[in-house]
Amino acid sequence: MAALTPISRKPLSLVLPTVAAFGGFFGTFVGASNGSALFGILIGAALIASLAAFYILVLKNEQLSRWLNIALMGVLGLVLGGIPGLVLGALFGWFFGWLIFWMYEGRYRQHIHPYLTSGQVLWHYTFRVICGAIFVFLITPILVVLPLSFNAEDFFTFTPEMLRFDPGGYSLKHYRDFFTSNEWQRSFKNSLIIAPIATVISVSLGTLAAIGLSQSHVPAKRAIMAILISPMIVPLIISATGMFFFYSSVGNFLEGTLGMDKTFVGYIKVILAHAVLGVPFVIITVTATLVGFDRSLTRAAANMGANPVTTFFRVQMPLILPGVISGGLFAFITSFDEVVVVLFVGSASQKTLPWQMFTGLREQISPTILAVATILVIISIGLLTAIELLRRRSERLRGLSPS
Amino acid sequence: MSEETQTGPVLAADGRPLKQSLARSLRNQKLRALALIAPLLIFVLFSFIWPIGVMLFRSVENGEVAETLPNTVAALNDWDSTAGDLPPEAVYQAFTEDMVVAIAAKNHTKIGTRLNYEKTGMSSMFRRSGRTMKKWDPETDGPFKEKLIDVHDGWGDIETWKTIQTHSVKYTNGYFLNAVDMQRTPEGAQAQPEEKRILVKLFGRTMWMSMIIMGSCILLGYPVAYILANLPARKANLLMILVLLPFWTSLLVRTSAWKVMLQQQGVINDVLVWIGLVADDARLIMINNQFGTIVAMTHILLPFMILPMYSVMQTIPETYVRASKSLGATNWTTFWRVYFPQSVPGIGAGSILVFILSIGYYITPEIVGGTKGVFISNRIAYHISSSLNWGLAAALGAILLAAVLILYWAYDKIVGIDNVKLG
Amino acid sequence: MKLTKTLLATAAVTVSAGAVVADDMTIVSWGGAYSKSQLLAYHEPYTAKTGVNILNDDSSAEAVAKLRAMNEAGNITWDVVDVVASDAIRLCDEGLAMEIDADTQLAPAPDGTSASEDFGDLLVSECFIPQIVYSTTFGYRTDLVGDTPPTDICAVFDLDMYPGKRSLEKRPINNMEWALLCDGVAKGDVYDVLGTPEGQDQALAKLETIKDSVVWWSAGADTPQLLADGEVIMGSTYNGRLFSVIEEQNQPVAMLWDAQVFDLDGWIIPAGLSDERKARALDYIMFATDTQRLADQAKYISYGPARKSSAPLVGQHAELGIDMAPHMPTDPNNAQNTFLYNYEFWADYRDDIDAKFQAWLAQ
Repeated sequence: MAALTPISRKPLSLVLPTVAAFGGFFGTFVGASNGSALFGILIGAALIASLAAFYILVLKNEQLSRWLNIALMGVLGLVLGGIPGLVLGALFGWFFGWLIFWMYEGRYRQHIHPYLTSGQVLWHYTFRVICGAIFVFLITPILVVLPLSFNAEDFFTFTPEMLRFDPGGYSLKHYRDFFTSNEWQRSFKNSLIIAPIATVISVSLGTLAAIGLSQSHVPAKRAIMAILISPMIVPLIISATGMFFFYSSVGNFLEGTLGMDKTFVGYIKVILAHAVLGVPFVIITVTATLVGFDRSLTRAAANMGANPVTTFFRVQMPLILPGVISGGLFAFITSFDEVVVVLFVGSASQKTLPWQMFTGLREQISPTILAVATILVIISIGLLTAIELLRRRSERLRGLSPS
Repeated sequence: MSEETQTGPVLAADGRPLKQSLARSLRNQKLRALALIAPLLIFVLFSFIWPIGVMLFRSVENGEVAETLPNTVAALNDWDSTAGDLPPEAVYQAFTEDMVVAIAAKNHTKIGTRLNYEKTGMSSMFRRSGRTMKKWDPETDGPFKEKLIDVHDGWGDIETWKTIQTHSVKYTNGYFLNAVDMQRTPEGAQAQPEEKRILVKLFGRTMWMSMIIMGSCILLGYPVAYILANLPARKANLLMILVLLPFWTSLLVRTSAWKVMLQQQGVINDVLVWIGLVADDARLIMINNQFGTIVAMTHILLPFMILPMYSVMQTIPETYVRASKSLGATNWTTFWRVYFPQSVPGIGAGSILVFILSIGYYITPEIVGGTKGVFISNRIAYHISSSLNWGLAAALGAILLAAVLILYWAYDKIVGIDNVKLG
Repeated sequence: MKLTKTLLATAAVTVSAGAVVADDMTIVSWGGAYSKSQLLAYHEPYTAKTGVNILNDDSSAEAVAKLRAMNEAGNITWDVVDVVASDAIRLCDEGLAMEIDADTQLAPAPDGTSASEDFGDLLVSECFIPQIVYSTTFGYRTDLVGDTPPTDICAVFDLDMYPGKRSLEKRPINNMEWALLCDGVAKGDVYDVLGTPEGQDQALAKLETIKDSVVWWSAGADTPQLLADGEVIMGSTYNGRLFSVIEEQNQPVAMLWDAQVFDLDGWIIPAGLSDERKARALDYIMFATDTQRLADQAKYISYGPARKSSAPLVGQHAELGIDMAPHMPTDPNNAQNTFLYNYEFWADYRDDIDAKFQAWLAQ
């Protein structure tokens, strides 16, 4: 982002107290782990303030100062806490080096509107820190799962070896287990069959219904809406047993009367059951998108001689596509992460990934689950990044400036 | 365009009266709309609503006793349970006849299980009596009163017969009474003994904790949705990945991860001890209680709050905020009087989603909830898969569903379900 | 709809490529190491012998509910189901499991002793063929219990001697019995006392003394994990899980063999199978519960074979090469002070006491 505001150096009377406050804050923890929190605050504040003064007034070289700071803090960490202390200290050193010059050079003003008061600037950054904390909360479980999946033991425990960064504490055996075990491979394959098909069914039927619902004169609209959303609101365990009976008789009919293959029928049952569960999400997202849809566009298309099908695919669909896609994502994840219904409706040959994980958690402790989760996270990071890159590319191609 | 002022009907281009033509086009429109909705509606009605209805119907269905013991039920009609005497020989005779048939069909233990929900001990009474009674001949071996009491002294207990009589109706309110900690007795509905009352408490707890979870989702979700909606698209999309990632991680894995984080020898406590904020022997208890459930469920449901809020906030023009500030409003007034009211539909949509989803959860509370953090769904699951008391499970489910429907209705009245957006 | 059909057809092709023939026999079990031991000891030899392909379904935890639903829907997809004895009794009561005559439908012991005598008292229901004897017992962290490791079940209730958390199963069964035993009730009187409201209150009062120090578990894998974390200093679980923690995972954990509750796990055949499937299921059961097969399973998991005649045949662990006999709950050294689970009592009192127990938990 281009600079919005010209910046100027700030007086030491602002810089020093601020960095000292940060120093005191982190000093608390270091102090507490070494005996006295109060002592830590004082030392931390004094240390950082004097370092800042030294860099700004004596050294006057940003590059050198920041490297020096990293080295200094790293050594301090090494003395206080061994190897982990060294890593942590170096990180702190990098942070404080950056902070001191960010404050001193007034860079914090650079990217925000020039008319903001200092109170507003302070709130601006406080707010970002709060949001950052919430983002950390959001990805915490993933941060835990990632290292644990390389655990050399069969428990969800950070062993002392892992904490010492001893290579013996880590292993790839859970990944090996995932790739070599028939059970895991089969359930992964099943999930990859069931979830996309269920998604396609709920998205196609759901989109049609949402378009129907968005017309102006639909009788009993509220009742219909309530019915279509109901799969989301009935407690899953009730849905599961209820659907079990229904799909057993469907299964009897398909196998007995039509003579279809048992395994194939099993897939149909689970797919249809999951499709119903995904419907509410599609309905909700697509109707929401259609609320803002300009109906004169379809009329214009009809006016120009397009038939309803062409109008739908060439005019309406591209415009509501974001809603359809996000509804589809919800529907996909509903199926891909669903245990209770598949446990009842499915049988062994339709065992999905969540089902396998569920037995895994209950019957044997195996970080293979974590390895699977890690693989899935990496795949989804890849997918999401790819989507974002494609979006940027198409923006560039269409000549839009990246906003 | 009222008819009083017109002399003749207005005609459309094809010569038909305009009113008629409009009505026809309206009808066509309705039909087209219905035709679009129909496939899904039929699918959902047929494969979801109907099975669920059948399942919930079990909460009043009670055919077991009347079907297995028809003669006994008829004979008990003439018996006055309040008189304090055991039923006459005719009842015992009828009971033996019914039991011999039931034993041959192996139905006697089934009704023992059914009646055991109401009176403890009935299960083994029927099972044990069955072993002796299968050799009896109802025609010749009478009289049966003494013989039955010999087999099991439960048959000489007036309460046994009262229980059979009370639960012989074809449709019962008994399961619903049980679901609200009451019981069906010959003297009418009565409260359960105090030490067995749990379900009402669990309903209350489910509602209350879902509220808290919803509240914390709003608190944490609002700033995130705000920053996502106000950052440039490039940055916002990258941050969006952070919101979606946990969403893509299995619920089971996330719940286990929270266990690893929150337990007393867990990551958070270890870190707190390491930096000296907490003494090693005073580690915080953050799991197996309500706190654990709230943290884990808030985390799991947060994306359901953020996404609807984000899509609403995206539509709020930044110019309103600037206009408000340039007219002299303070930061707070601008937020509270200009920005916030426009973001309310997003909060509403997210809240209803989070609330409804959270009252139906049971796996997460089961794993991290300990004793005080479990929900009513855990009991439904127990009665479905362990105790096989499906009538009670259905009654509990029906009450929960009714609560959700009332909320849904209220929400529709206040906000309008059309305003719910999901990203 | 056309789209749907096309997609389903595509799925069918994808599926049938790796699909199995419709005539597989579905055997339901618990999953994990236990299913693996059955696979090695029973399924693989049986398939080798008969050519019948066996499909393993890890649904035993939901078996009772699913069997009932299958029965009502008239579509029973399972052939043989592994359940605990109390579930077997429930299924038998509900008419959901088939009665099996031990003497005519099971193999006799090698010395000619009839099967019913070989299994003895363990045939607790007409529908149930026991397979293993397991016990629910306590494991403790050797490094966290101090200098005097516990030898007595009542250590669980002794917070002065063994401060720290302990894990107990989130249900009344077993816990109520242990509480009474440690509250001075004689072993023979436990169920008589527990049958009275006062006795139930007494048990809950005893549990109340440690309530704040209990972590309640609901899945069998919980206690081993909690012990490995050091989150609890002792906890109840199945002896096979503890064996795996101690011997296979080398954790600092030891087992407490006192007042462990003996329980059974075994096979049932669902009622209402076609004659052909019934015959096949019976054939499998006859094969899988003979003396040698039951002894073989003990090579892979430390649960005791249910037949008396199998005990002398128990050998060494397949991977670790250690003698399995001393790790069996049936070993005389371990079984010095055991507690017998009363199936009939719990069939009657389970719902009643469970309601009280849950209400007590929620207080």
